[in-house]
Amino acid sequence: MSIRVLAPGLSTSVQDAGRVGYRKLGVSQAGVMDPYSSSAANILLGNPEDSAVIEITLSGPQLVFDSAARIALCGASIDARVDTHVLPCWRRIELPAGSVLTLGPCRKGARAYLAVAGGIRVPPVLGSASTDLRSGFGGLHGRCLRAGDELQLLDKTAGVRQLHVDTRWVDPAEDLDLEGVARIRVLPGRDHLKNTDALHESDWQVDAASNRQGLRLSGTRLEIASERERISEPVMPGTVQLPPDGQPIILMADAQTHGGYPRIAHAIRADQPRLAQLRPGERFRLVACTPLEAQRALHEQRQRLARIRVAMEGIG
Amino acid sequence: MSETFAIEALGEDALLLRLGETLDEDLNLRVHALADQIARHAPAWVLDIVPAFASLAICFDPLAFASDVDPCQAARSWLNGLDLQQAQSRERLDARLHEIPVRYGGEFGPDLEAVAEHCQLEPAEVIRRHAAAIYRVGMLGFAAGFPYLLGMDAGLATPRRATPRTRVAAGSVGIGGVQTGIYPREGPGGWQIIGRTAFCLFDHLRDPPAIVGPGDRVRFIDATLDERDAR
Repeated sequence: MSIRVLAPGLSTSVQDAGRVGYRKLGVSQAGVMDPYSSSAANILLGNPEDSAVIEITLSGPQLVFDSAARIALCGASIDARVDTHVLPCWRRIELPAGSVLTLGPCRKGARAYLAVAGGIRVPPVLGSASTDLRSGFGGLHGRCLRAGDELQLLDKTAGVRQLHVDTRWVDPAEDLDLEGVARIRVLPGRDHLKNTDALHESDWQVDAASNRQGLRLSGTRLEIASERERISEPVMPGTVQLPPDGQPIILMADAQTHGGYPRIAHAIRADQPRLAQLRPGERFRLVACTPLEAQRALHEQRQRLARIRVAMEGIG
Repeated sequence: MSETFAIEALGEDALLLRLGETLDEDLNLRVHALADQIARHAPAWVLDIVPAFASLAICFDPLAFASDVDPCQAARSWLNGLDLQQAQSRERLDARLHEIPVRYGGEFGPDLEAVAEHCQLEPAEVIRRHAAAIYRVGMLGFAAGFPYLLGMDAGLATPRRATPRTRVAAGSVGIGGVQTGIYPREGPGGWQIIGRTAFCLFDHLRDPPAIVGPGDRVRFIDATLDERDAR
């Protein structure tokens, strides 16, 4: 029971919900960048929500399944086919043994998640299957997938004979609207800007140098209200830092644990999925919100995922 | 005496407790003592306690709180209910002292000469002073298991390299400003590299993975001497 990698795609790695409890030792969280989409893919297959999945960035891999499998693709709209059959996202799909799954470019959004019934089996490191690319451990050998790699699966394929696409699908629009200009909600940070509204007044663009550690933004040059020496303090995924060049960085899943730059805002957890789907060059807005709005948004997102699970289990 | 600190929300899932804003060993010692005390009382929704030089973060799960509760406010109330004392004794933290053998200079420490020149010292004097101190692990950060060490001889302070190296060898011992530290694995780095150790700082297959932990003490042993003696 395995998947063999024929071509790896741009930056493809094994991720789960991430590593918790080791930031004190300088260990990043890692884990999926868009936890809504990976959860939805796992739920479609009856997996625990935090099961390990394959995270695909901008351009996907080509994979061969040596035995039958149930899969789901969620997140970015990605070109997917088996032979000449075009596969839809946000649905449960059954693949017969020997299927070659070819994943092309992400058309909308930046990251697609491939979940497999039973989950991807890699040895857990510090309680997580996630690949920590900066530290080089977890996932498959602590790195992105390469041609020739093999990923082990659990056998969850009884009854799968032929290619079959489930009629049910998840509509992610409420949590992941990839059509319009994204509005990412932020909470205030410690350090104030000279022009307090500057963060919210103009569009921001995602710089090509962005990665799993952080999204580098380009736009209006921001200035901090009071320049002073700062010593390193803890930072978190979501923290918006302002380096001396005046162009903010939003820290993401692979965020370092400490940072010395001013912290001008914090992107909220409920908008982390949409942030993760921003493409290089894409324009978006940062809008202010309150802690209670953030908390409500996070709960509502969890409730929508819970409803998908109930719907899937209810019909069987 | 009760410990005093400023509290600030670090997003929606962490609080930052700030004891000060300077690199100071006594202040840092109070941070580690406070982290220990909070950890002893921590309920299940506390996911991590992350010390820094003069502050610490308490990371928590916001979903442990109802949808009409600001989790940072709730965590703050819980924290205010604790009786947190200022550290009076170093005994607990001083229990662990790591002795780390270092080969200074040459291929292992390509920046030893530059540091010596900057500090207007002989390279041998840089080594002597670096290996004479007992350091405190101020915090682990930058990379998994990277210890920022406080307590370096002020005469050794050297600015980081103007252009960081894209590859610093695992075990490299460096100086960055008034601090010294050890790169647990190969990677990019901007510190002045004065030596290298084979001591394993971080093993992800072990739990806890960091052999040198926050608040521990470190002493460098000059292993260059042994080689000279052997010749």
